[in-house]
Amino acid sequence: MSQTSPAAGAEIEVRGLHKSFGDNEVLRGIDLEIGRGEVVCVIGPSGSGKSTLLRCVNLLEEPTKGQVLVGGTELTDPDVDIDAVRRRIGMVFQQFNLFPHLTVTRNLTLPQRRVLGRDKAEAARVAAENLARVGLSEKADAYPASLSGGQQQRVAIARSLSMGPEVMLFDEPTSALDPELVGDVLAVMRMLADEGMTMMVVTHEMTFAREVADRVVFMDGGVIVEQGAPAQVIGDPAHERTRHFLSRLLDPAMAEVEEGTPEQLGKGD
Amino acid sequence: MTAPDVRLQPRKKGLTRTQKRTLSRGAQYVVFVAAVIAFAVAADWGRLKNQFAQWSIAKQMFPDVITLALKNTVLYTLSGFVVGLVLGMVIALMRLSSVGPYRWVAGIYIEIFRGLPALLIFIFIGVAVPLAFPGTEIVGGTYGKVALALGLVAAAYMAETIRAGIQAVPKGQMEAARSLGFSPARAMISIIIPQAFRIILPPLTNELVLLFKDSSLVLFLGVTLEERELSKYGRDLASTTANSTPILVAGLCYLLVTIPLGFVVRRMEAKAQEAVK
Ligand SMILES: Nc1ncnc2c1ncn2[C@@H]1O[C@H](COP(=O)(O)OP(=O)(O)OP(=O)(O)O)[C@@H](O)[C@H]1O
Ligand SMILES: [Mg+2]
Repeated sequence: MSQTSPAAGAEIEVRGLHKSFGDNEVLRGIDLEIGRGEVVCVIGPSGSGKSTLLRCVNLLEEPTKGQVLVGGTELTDPDVDIDAVRRRIGMVFQQFNLFPHLTVTRNLTLPQRRVLGRDKAEAARVAAENLARVGLSEKADAYPASLSGGQQQRVAIARSLSMGPEVMLFDEPTSALDPELVGDVLAVMRMLADEGMTMMVVTHEMTFAREVADRVVFMDGGVIVEQGAPAQVIGDPAHERTRHFLSRLLDPAMAEVEEGTPEQLGKGD
Repeated sequence: MTAPDVRLQPRKKGLTRTQKRTLSRGAQYVVFVAAVIAFAVAADWGRLKNQFAQWSIAKQMFPDVITLALKNTVLYTLSGFVVGLVLGMVIALMRLSSVGPYRWVAGIYIEIFRGLPALLIFIFIGVAVPLAFPGTEIVGGTYGKVALALGLVAAAYMAETIRAGIQAVPKGQMEAARSLGFSPARAMISIIIPQAFRIILPPLTNELVLLFKDSSLVLFLGVTLEERELSKYGRDLASTTANSTPILVAGLCYLLVTIPLGFVVRRMEAKAQEAVK
């Protein structure tokens, strides 16, 4: 609970957020502030509502109650132009969700042109710049299907960056990847964090959380159980539920189950 | 696959499974060949040839059967297809709409037009519309009427095909588009529909083949000489020459188009199968 750092004013603000799917109350009152340039990792057991929280932040899920503000704009205001706000919020999915019918470059240029109305040359320039940032310039003309998972995820990040977002949301960006491909994606995320991007990252990568995050948030049962500096939450958790979760994550028998989940998800796609 | 099975099973007296299968397959061939021979012997080939394969009559059909009749058949089919595609797209989107009344209207349309024979719709367009709106002419004369009648029929089928195609595009595609700031309509047009069409290209081409054949119903609208398509042209000529050769030639012209199209569809389906693997 110590050391929250909304230094330059909150970029993301979540107030009294509730979300139910039918009778199933998935989020039971979330309050969270993320400062400009802050990197917050959200951890917690499966089904605790991490994805739902992240998806509420760009209104892919409609909150049942409460407010969400990004860059001072209230997304939960029924009169807000949600498409305009979403342009400022990048989102990276577990399953990449690249557009399979378009080349890598077109994946990056089409949203810029259709949504931001950039002209062809400008869109192409921004796309090339961001492809270079994620180290995939040579894949500009490839189709997503011909890329490895790690490369697809880096293209997905470049696609989001091409829209010039102020905030980036990541939902288990490496969970669907083979272990040897995880590093490249995390390196790109690390670079973004160093450049001062505001990031909210749902992840099971404890090393990344420990090294990159300014703050770690532990969720369970639809509430934030504890939050604070990574060293504190991961290294010396105050709550029994956090300890239990972390020990299961480190237990090799449990680790097998954790690895199984993203693969099953991958097959469903 | 069967070999190990046979070995695993205790050998009963009598035939093994492989032997039984060979025997039953052999029997099928014998019956089939016998049936073909029986037909060939029983049919009066001389009379059939006289009635259906008169070279002189067939020759006098050219080039009109191609430049007029086949051309019109293709024109009718394509115009019906385009109308059906546009209307089908609208109905599919209505069917997927979150607005209840849109969904109901689309559902009712599909149920009605899928359930009616195309022939009745042609008669309806030909008779009922001029009665109901006297003085108005459907744009494009016969061509407009055909496009409308075929389009109305095709739209019901295509709407269901397009809807299935749109639903086959993974949910994550819409979410990715929305999170990039696409409006729902923009995302549908730029991201979802192009992918849906790749999925439904084979069934849409099949629909084209069906329309190609249904275009023969133009006959019931009453057409001028220049507006005749393959079936009408073949039938007219058959009655003036008192010979059925024109029917056979017209039939061959249909196959000239439908067989290659069918081949294209199977190729696309095989390719799609491969892409899934
Ligand atoms: N669209 C939905 N409709 C109904 N229930 C949903 C929906 N999305 C999520 N849920 C339910 O909400 C709960 C929390 O789901 P959520 O995906 O947020 O968990 P999570 O913490 O991200 O888990 P994981 O680590 O497995 O991704 C689960 O019980 C899930 O079944
Ligand atoms: Mg999740």
